[in-house]
Amino acid sequence: MEDSSAQASDLTKVKPEFDILATDKQNLWLDQGFTWLLRFIACSTVALLFWLSWIIFQNAQPAIQKYGLGFLWGQDWDVANLSFGALPYIYGTLVSSGLALLLAVPVGLAVALVTSEDFLPAWVRSPLAFLIELIAAIPSVIIGLWGIFVMIPFLQPIQDWLYQNFSWIPLFSTAPSGYGMLSAGVILAIMILPTMAAISREVLLVLPKDLRSGSMSLGATRWETIFKVLLPAGASGIVGAAVLALGRALGETMAVTMVIGNLSQITPSLLDAAYSIPAVLANEFGEAGDDLHVGALMYLALILFVVTLLVNIAAVLMVRLIARGRS
Amino acid sequence: MPINYPENQIHESLAAEVCKPLPTRRTIFNNGMTVLAFTLTSLALLPLASVLIEILRQGLPRLKPEVFVSLPAPVGVTDIPDGFGNAIMGTLIMVGVASLISIPIGLMTGIFLSEVGKGTAMGNGIRFFTSILTGIPSIIAGVFAYGVIVLTFQGFSAIAGGFALAVIMLPIVALTTEEALKLVPTSQRLASAALGANHFQTTRIIVAAAVPAITTGILLAVARAAGETAPLLFTALFSQVWPEGLFNPTPALSVYIFNNATTPYTDKNQMAWTAAVVLVGLVLCISILSRLVFRRR
Repeated sequence: MEDSSAQASDLTKVKPEFDILATDKQNLWLDQGFTWLLRFIACSTVALLFWLSWIIFQNAQPAIQKYGLGFLWGQDWDVANLSFGALPYIYGTLVSSGLALLLAVPVGLAVALVTSEDFLPAWVRSPLAFLIELIAAIPSVIIGLWGIFVMIPFLQPIQDWLYQNFSWIPLFSTAPSGYGMLSAGVILAIMILPTMAAISREVLLVLPKDLRSGSMSLGATRWETIFKVLLPAGASGIVGAAVLALGRALGETMAVTMVIGNLSQITPSLLDAAYSIPAVLANEFGEAGDDLHVGALMYLALILFVVTLLVNIAAVLMVRLIARGRS
Repeated sequence: MPINYPENQIHESLAAEVCKPLPTRRTIFNNGMTVLAFTLTSLALLPLASVLIEILRQGLPRLKPEVFVSLPAPVGVTDIPDGFGNAIMGTLIMVGVASLISIPIGLMTGIFLSEVGKGTAMGNGIRFFTSILTGIPSIIAGVFAYGVIVLTFQGFSAIAGGFALAVIMLPIVALTTEEALKLVPTSQRLASAALGANHFQTTRIIVAAAVPAITTGILLAVARAAGETAPLLFTALFSQVWPEGLFNPTPALSVYIFNNATTPYTDKNQMAWTAAVVLVGLVLCISILSRLVFRRR
């Protein structure tokens, strides 16, 4: 009896490392202070986005005040005479990205299907998907290096052939130099392929097995199942993947700068040189001295920023919507 | 209610239906699509294979120890060693500056998203904006750093370059940290809380458990930053000499590749390939290693 009470009093004497009854100020301060610190820092990450928008908007003011919205359809870009217009760059950015999407969507879907359906044994499928994703890890400048010295010489005969045989079509109406819209589109397609393939693959992998079994047991062939059941069921996710890929393509800089030809002009021909917003930013910012020139470049950056922001928001919402519908 | 067919009739008609071969049109479509899908997939692998092979073929012959410790030689001068040691050093400095800024903030944001703000409106909002930040083109991060630092201090510097890279790394670190913390079982949090630990103590334990996964995320962000070129072109600019300090123009390996790839001199083009071996080696090693580790968990 005495023993056990002595033990009990011993126990209460032991000071536990985490004292649940402790309301001492230090503990409370540590807990509350830590949570608030986390909150503050997390908010600062978001604040970065707004700071970024503000800085770009602020520095674009000289050009915004001078040109207003007319900047969007102004066509000349003359640094010496300080006259600026954005249309050739907007055109180049949109057309090269559109071209890239046109090429990357079917190829990306094919990759996603091959690596998610049971065409191949599982030990081939995952490494294959991994390899394609590896393209995304290669720095853009190295893809550009490869573009200049390997891809353009490879595409040159094809472009020559297109020009010789189809020059009556406006799309192929200029003599190709190798550098141009088509090369930019192809290299962009290569760079956005991993995004397209990886996300479509995820979407296809989580479709219920019952859909496949049901369709197959009703007598559909594999590809009838894919076209009539799987692709429609995953459509929203696949569109989300394409939108995300488009966002990447719009902002991609180095590889495009190295192969697009960097000529500020608007021609219908895909074989002709063009320019894009990221490319002109990369090429001219380092040497920009005049306020109006910096302002015009900042205005271009603002346009690119707003467009990619809208595209990314759309993609994120789309992907999130699908995730919510699934769970 | 079963339908009563005459016994013999059903057997014969069903058998005929089931055993009929697939119409030729459907067979052709099915096999044709399979062939097409495999062709397109190999077409997708072609650039990757070509990039890797060309880098090794064109870059390896010139990869000697001296390129790591020499400065770029002037065009046409062949009797002194040519290299890009300064660019490697510049890249390390700027990635270091970027890591110092982005890793603490990114970690804290990731911890907030997973431990404090989980399921709250504020947490969801911050996650949304952070994922939007991931999608911002890297050149925009460069323009931002130009506006904040280059215009303010009237000069290109390693600080400006590092700042631009930090903007790119921050959301990656934050989101991968959150993913890593999500992998820690909830029971561990409950156990810690049940023992009377407060938020800070619980978080310390959970973060310790997630350190390997967090590290791979940080490595991925570092690999990404090391390969970035566009934001450095007009924040750090470039220089032909060794880095002179954080407030001077600083060379970078990726910018070195860009400059040398776009000159008309064949010698310099060759050096671009050699630098590409170094950069791709660095970046791919980091990202393959970290992905393999991450996949295993």
